[in-house]
Amino acid sequence: MDILLGVGGSELSYHALEETVERAQATGDELTVAIFHNEEVSADAEEIRERVETTLAETDFDATIRRLEGDSPGSELVSMAESDGFDRIVLGGGERSTLGKIQLGAIVEFVLLNSQTPVTLIR
Amino acid sequence: MTRDYPDEPADKFPGPPRTVTDREGREVELLAADASDHDGVLEMYLSFDPADRAQGIPPAREEAIEDWLDTILGEDTLNVVAVHEGSVVGHATLVPDRHGEHELAIFVLQPFQGAGIGTNLVETLLGLAQSEGLEKVWLTVERWNDPAVALYKKVGFETTEAESFEIEMSILL
Repeated sequence: MDILLGVGGSELSYHALEETVERAQATGDELTVAIFHNEEVSADAEEIRERVETTLAETDFDATIRRLEGDSPGSELVSMAESDGFDRIVLGGGERSTLGKIQLGAIVEFVLLNSQTPVTLIR
Repeated sequence: MTRDYPDEPADKFPGPPRTVTDREGREVELLAADASDHDGVLEMYLSFDPADRAQGIPPAREEAIEDWLDTILGEDTLNVVAVHEGSVVGHATLVPDRHGEHELAIFVLQPFQGAGIGTNLVETLLGLAQSEGLEKVWLTVERWNDPAVALYKKVGFETTEAESFEIEMSILL
């Protein structure tokens, strides 16, 4: 399968990266990592790219890294998945408050509602 | 992130302990609770209908419930339980977030829902919060959970964010 993983710099998005790499190593999936800016997170694209590259190097796994430039990352992720024929979109999300309630961020919600490509949410 | 709050503070709420009669004629005590009430609260969550879970809480497994109770009955939290004939049938909690504001959640056992206990629980917890000097209380609720949204509005919460699956509401004490 061709997997498109969105990473916006939240801890959950890095967790999703690790899980997805591990799974791709087992299944032989092709992985593309799309880096984007998440308004809810204070991390810039360069920081995120470095962290993604480090994880890929540490796990000795090859993936394509792309950058989503616009200010609507959810929409761009959905478009990229459709136009480039990806089989699946993967996102991390579902942050818990201290009290324990899970909330989905705006990007995850947009992708879940609008994607024609199957979506995996990693919590 | 800055959360919006109503401009005007809410009126004074009644604090615990209180005794009320619900719409089914059942007598219910509303009592302040803390870690020493762990066993009674655990008992309630063990008999909680999984269909009434919201946004991942209460957790399903006993071990996970125990971890969760450590947080919500922990230091700097405020709790009120509804007790009927010696058993905990409802629980409302306020847990501090990273910004010194407090998140509210409430759970009522299925046979005791729809009888006004939830409203009394929230009001009594907010009364306790006022006596402890808390000012900012917020919550999130699933958009389709009409009874809960109606309850929070009636108590005085205002919607601050309605664009997601979850509605965010807040009240100024």
